Amino acid sequence: MNPFTYARPDSVDSALDELKAQPNARLIGGGTNLIDLMKENIEHPTRLVDVNRLPLGGISELPDGGLRLGATVTNAETAYNALVTARYPLLSETILAGASPQLRNMATNGGNLFQRTRCYYFYDTAMPCNKREPGSGCAAIGGYNRIHAILGTEGSENQPTACIATYPSDMAVALAALEAVVQVTGSNGERSIAFADFHRLPGNEPWRDNTLEPGEIVTSIDLPAKGFNQHHTYLKLRDRASYAFALVSVAVGLEMEGNSVTDARIALGGVAHKPWRKPEAEQLLIGREATPDNFRLVAENLLAGAKGYGHNTFKIDLAKRAIIRALGEAMRSKV
Amino acid sequence: MIAETRSKPAGRSPLQTAAPAKPLPGVEPGSVTLTVNGQAKTIQIAPWTTLLDALREYMNLTGTKKGCDHGQCGACTVLVDGKRINACLTLAVMHDDHAITTIEGLASPDGGLHPVQQAFIDHDAFQCGYCTPGQICSAVGMLHEGHAKNKADVREGMSGNICRCGAYPHIVDAVLEVINKAEKQP
Repeated sequence: MNPFTYARPDSVDSALDELKAQPNARLIGGGTNLIDLMKENIEHPTRLVDVNRLPLGGISELPDGGLRLGATVTNAETAYNALVTARYPLLSETILAGASPQLRNMATNGGNLFQRTRCYYFYDTAMPCNKREPGSGCAAIGGYNRIHAILGTEGSENQPTACIATYPSDMAVALAALEAVVQVTGSNGERSIAFADFHRLPGNEPWRDNTLEPGEIVTSIDLPAKGFNQHHTYLKLRDRASYAFALVSVAVGLEMEGNSVTDARIALGGVAHKPWRKPEAEQLLIGREATPDNFRLVAENLLAGAKGYGHNTFKIDLAKRAIIRALGEAMRSKV
Repeated sequence: MIAETRSKPAGRSPLQTAAPAKPLPGVEPGSVTLTVNGQAKTIQIAPWTTLLDALREYMNLTGTKKGCDHGQCGACTVLVDGKRINACLTLAVMHDDHAITTIEGLASPDGGLHPVQQAFIDHDAFQCGYCTPGQICSAVGMLHEGHAKNKADVREGMSGNICRCGAYPHIVDAVLEVINKAEKQP
């Protein structure tokens, strides 16, 4: 690990000052990813600003019927919180599908959003990686890419595909389905970022994972009132039964009247640089019967334009089947 | 990887061993007081010292093991305010206000073993023993959490602890026995 200095401010304003004073400062919550990346010589901040004494804890009800998840609340506390399990069981189930109990006890809600990809080439400093070292190339394209992205990897006319990394978080897949809102604060004040706009596709700047501006701090993740607590599922397909990242995952929330779908949310993990959602595909289901044929239409639409890179091409079929299965499970589930 | 048998370079203190080749100007080791197993101790460490290294290299508490050092194996599991965490992925300086419990602190002061320790012996829940302190601390943390009720829960709840000898069936039996005994108590 490189040398750094450490600060533990107790107000958001002083944390913002810290970030302003040292552009190479990084926030640390649980540290479960950041410290690992520092040991691997991928990240080398010169100052760490510990957020654990900022007044950003707690889970509280919002006036609009939603729920505010404090940025410094741990993933474990969130998953087992009574309000979350009753009203947003999809989120609870999704968090518990990720990492290990030890890591969930450390990792914070804010920090979860800033996990970096687990692409092997991103972690291997001997290999080119446009995300780690802009302009150096992508070793995953044409390399071992079994865990890599199949959606949203297109380059432009002048710029070939720059990065096929996936975003690793499970929690974020549920937050995408639930249309969470990320509250941030910076020296220019506060702003709200819709979850769909928080993470980004690699495009020509694969080193940018999200749309946060330098010096901004996530203060909370807000859940809208609609929690899909009757019909929901998180289906995570991985190489072992527990403690592994998703090859493909599907978060589903449905609202139903009889066998008719009145609202639908579907988000995919493990397939793209961000949780993958396509409202157009969800529309195919709304107002229709929940039947395997209709689920198949949705799956085909969600995977339209998917591109395999060799080892990961199996994910295209796997994702379609996972969507159909997850929609069936969500249809039947009723807590 | 296995630090237990590695000898330290002669004539260098742990502090020097851990110091970077080029110290950052203005970054000197500082005093950090950690409360481990009920005892507060002040050590001089740099900010980049992990809790795991602080325990092993500066406090002589080598019961907590360094396995992968990347949060993948669970050998470094300790309890912080009763909650199990990976000591390798956190900085010691972040824990000056917490109560830390390691494998050395689980037995009662008179030497009586913690029920999980006794169950591991009774069920022969280890082979080489390197992962065992982490397994036991993790199991104790899981009991505090109170969500594990059956075999499937234990297997899932202990998935953050790898045993390369493959002693899993006995580990699960040992932990289940403690859960079942606790449930029978009034």
